[in-house]
Amino acid sequence: MTDFMQLLLSGVATGAIYAMAALGFTLLWQAAGTINFAQGEFVMLPAFAMLIGMSMGLPLWASFIVAVALSILVLGAAFKKWIVDPMRGSGVVSVVVATLGLSIGLKSFVKASYSAEPHPFPSIFGDEVFKLAGVTISYSDVGALVFAGLMVVGLQAFLNKTITGRAMQAVAQNTFAAEALGINVKRMIFYTFAINAILVTVTALLITPTYLAKFDMGDNIGLKAFFAAIIGGFNNSRGALLGGILVGVLENLAGAYLTPAYKDGVALALFLTVILIKPDGLLGTPQERKV
Amino acid sequence: MKTTIGRSLGQLTAAAVAVAAALVAVSASAQIKVAQVVELSGGGTAAGSQYRNGAKLAFAEINAAGGIMGKKIESMEMDTQSQPAIAKAMTVKAIDEKVTAIFGPVFSGSILVSQTESQKANIPNFTGGEASNVTAQGNPYIFRSSFNQSMGMPKVANYMATELKAKSVVVAFVNNDFGKGGRDSIVKELGSRNIKVAADISTDPGQVDMSSAVLRIKQANADALFAYLNEEESARLLKELRKQGYDKPMVGETTLMGAKVIELAGSAANGVRGHVGLTADAPAFKDFGAKYEKEYKAKPDHNGIKGYFSAYMLKAAIEKAKSTDGTAIAAAMKNSCFKAKDNPGILLDVCFDDKGDIDRESFLVEVKDGKQVVTATLPMLNKR
Repeated sequence: MTDFMQLLLSGVATGAIYAMAALGFTLLWQAAGTINFAQGEFVMLPAFAMLIGMSMGLPLWASFIVAVALSILVLGAAFKKWIVDPMRGSGVVSVVVATLGLSIGLKSFVKASYSAEPHPFPSIFGDEVFKLAGVTISYSDVGALVFAGLMVVGLQAFLNKTITGRAMQAVAQNTFAAEALGINVKRMIFYTFAINAILVTVTALLITPTYLAKFDMGDNIGLKAFFAAIIGGFNNSRGALLGGILVGVLENLAGAYLTPAYKDGVALALFLTVILIKPDGLLGTPQERKV
Repeated sequence: MKTTIGRSLGQLTAAAVAVAAALVAVSASAQIKVAQVVELSGGGTAAGSQYRNGAKLAFAEINAAGGIMGKKIESMEMDTQSQPAIAKAMTVKAIDEKVTAIFGPVFSGSILVSQTESQKANIPNFTGGEASNVTAQGNPYIFRSSFNQSMGMPKVANYMATELKAKSVVVAFVNNDFGKGGRDSIVKELGSRNIKVAADISTDPGQVDMSSAVLRIKQANADALFAYLNEEESARLLKELRKQGYDKPMVGETTLMGAKVIELAGSAANGVRGHVGLTADAPAFKDFGAKYEKEYKAKPDHNGIKGYFSAYMLKAAIEKAKSTDGTAIAAAMKNSCFKAKDNPGILLDVCFDDKGDIDRESFLVEVKDGKQVVTATLPMLNKR
């Protein structure tokens, strides 16, 4: 039972981090009809921004704040203006191809400018552990869980309880109707990109101590987050949370009770099962589109 | 008149082309072309980059000192992307460039595939690969820069039997040629010392989350852990072991105590111990370590030493053979010993057997306060 609890806790902590990146997928899809296949690299870039900040003598928390600002500017505003906006009229496939190209370009850029070697990254919560009812718990797991939980709950509250959040949801549901009601659609879409930029920076802060800062660190997180978003439902932000946690926990259980070799296949198996049984995802709803 | 001028111009052009061709030929013959076919991206980046840097440092030193028999070394770098198929293709490309020797790949899985090409072309091929089967292919052109696993593992097993007095050991390894070869060797050695293997846990190359592997290590409840993974995975394993409060001795062979692993794992590497063939913290490697750190602003690990050693080993072999012919160079190294006092760049006395396996002194180390500390120096296995 102790082992099970250990796996559950660590799985939920990892899953919460997947959920944050997955949430970015669902938000961009809902607000801008964009599937961002460079989401993994969007996690990698802030990690290197924080590393550069620390190499310049800034503490981790200050580097994080600088990275958030840079992310909003580059991964939010610039990404929207120069990649998504010109492509949106050409359909989803064009955006997908563009973000796939962006993913390769970003990896090559970091590899060429910062070396291909992995770099250590400190944990904001430290390396200490404590025991509770026989379960060894690390502050980094608890911190990741609390931080990610707060981010997701806070975002849900923002989207549901504030006027801006509701306006963003209105834009996601029907752009034309939202515009007719006087909502500034362009601004709402920018907010979505900015929120995604914050989410990926927090994800980078929490996951890089384990993944290590490396040009291809986004491959795994991008793929897992994509699976998590599909499993939970691409058009439902709560679904992203559910998908992330499911993937994190089931990976851990399969790794311990079956074999670690099957661990990475769990997300894929779950993804295939869900889209066969419920193509819209566990919490997703069917979407009708004009043809 | 026009005809005479035309003829003269034609003769002049022909003479210029001939002179240029002769200059190119002289310039080419005044150089020794070599290729570094190493892991500069993918899972082996940490190992490949260190190896490349070590060799590059040696080439610069050799060239600054006048080259080998008056010829400068011209080095090309080719990225295997840590994939055997690309390693093979890059080796073929290096052969097309008419190189004198090939350095790398470092990964056992890659050199196992690529060495057939260098063998066909009669080109000496240095490798950092440690899997036992790398030198079991009957290839007269393959040369190791580090121990064969079957030479390092008996020393590790002895250490666990005599120093740690372990009765049971859990073995964790990475599921590639390097890891499987090490796993097979250590299991055999532990068995011959009546040490029980309590659990046999494989991890994937590039695996990022080690939580379930560590839980299984804890569940095995053995007296000690033997871990044999590549650099990045070793660091992640050590971090997770620390996170889950693992408190039994953690033992490794070469990689687990490497400088890159210590850098990546931070304080989680403290307490790790085991056997290393090469360490920048041993007195014989201190000068090299200082030069490497000055050049690359990073501490060298065993792979950096392997690259540096391989470059100087080529120099020693060419000077012994008095030829840059691949077959002569290989023959000069097989069943031969080289002394560090005659060839300072090779850092320690070394001997090669008829298969290309290397023998030299090695070390028992422990990581204390983020540094590798040498606790004992072990002699050559077969003293000559």
